[in-house]
Amino acid sequence: MCGTCGCSPDGVLITSVKDGEHTHHHGHDNHSHGHVHHHHHDHESHSHVDKVIKIEQDILQVNDLNAARNRGYFEAKNITALNLVSSPGSGKTSILEKTLHDLKADLDFYVIEGDQQTLNDANRIGALNVPVVQINTGKGCHLESDMIFNAAKELNIENDSVLMIENVGNLVCPAMFDLGENKRVVIISTTEGEDKPIKYPDMFSGADICIINKVDLLPYVNINMDSLKNYALQVNPKLEFFEVSATTGEGMEAWYKWLKKTT
Amino acid sequence: MHELSIALGIVKIAEKEAAKAKVTEISVIELEVGTLSGIEINSLSFVWPSAVKDTVLEKAERRIDVIQAKGKCIDCDTEFELKQIYDQCPNCNGFFKSVLKGKEMRVKALVIND
Repeated sequence: MCGTCGCSPDGVLITSVKDGEHTHHHGHDNHSHGHVHHHHHDHESHSHVDKVIKIEQDILQVNDLNAARNRGYFEAKNITALNLVSSPGSGKTSILEKTLHDLKADLDFYVIEGDQQTLNDANRIGALNVPVVQINTGKGCHLESDMIFNAAKELNIENDSVLMIENVGNLVCPAMFDLGENKRVVIISTTEGEDKPIKYPDMFSGADICIINKVDLLPYVNINMDSLKNYALQVNPKLEFFEVSATTGEGMEAWYKWLKKTT
Repeated sequence: MHELSIALGIVKIAEKEAAKAKVTEISVIELEVGTLSGIEINSLSFVWPSAVKDTVLEKAERRIDVIQAKGKCIDCDTEFELKQIYDQCPNCNGFFKSVLKGKEMRVKALVIND
């Protein structure tokens, strides 16, 4: 682990998957560590008293500023960016695959995949001939806005398109990091337990819509959909729900309609 | 473990301010952390030593001002303490609310020996 920034030895890795060839960019090269060098210490002004410097600065201000920059970039190019968040295994990639397959004739899609390791997800998306880059966060548990900026540059996104950002599977950390997206989509599956929204409230309170995946498994799992929705509405009374199965395609039309309306 | 990112964000802010003030050491750092900010103070304490190693904050005392979250019901205007973001209004049991405070995660001030 890098002593200064906590990134893994290779840092954050941004990989384009194009025609089976991978080009790598080490995110570590793209940030500065801000080491302070004090070559101009003024000894004459030494009075050795405690001095309080008022700061009043948000800790995530750098991330938020980069997110604002992304948002401006997306707006200028009329790009609709969606941040897909969920726990691992809820079906983010499957929903994405199905959506791209069904809508790629109507909308121009670009995809940023976030995972700690592997190019598996980018390869799945790349197989659909949709431009995709994979961000490997190494030890990191979430995507940050500067990673999106670099990945978006790598993708060379055309105007009037849709950028799908699949965040690292994690119901905790990604909630705090604005990426500059237009809408945040939280995905939960019927196998996860209906009280997830109040166990991980931050993720649900920051989302615009909630996709409930794997409804084809409802006959086999012990979950009460009404109480799942009620829990989610307690956290976020404005949340809109879409019940889908990425496997059977059930309910996907409503989500597609929302997507087309939003873009 | 986003607290590591948070700690490194704090270090970045402190390094910048230290450079401006032309000092190499900060003696005290004051933080404001809201109870609904999403920062676990225990986790922050855990990652702190590795985050501040070899930085201006290495020897700094950390003071954390914890801000208890407060909400205001959108339906009946009652102000109440929030333990969770999904707490109901004690007056009308509504869930619609605005968070008045408790989301803070800020570097409030630094103390340097000038």
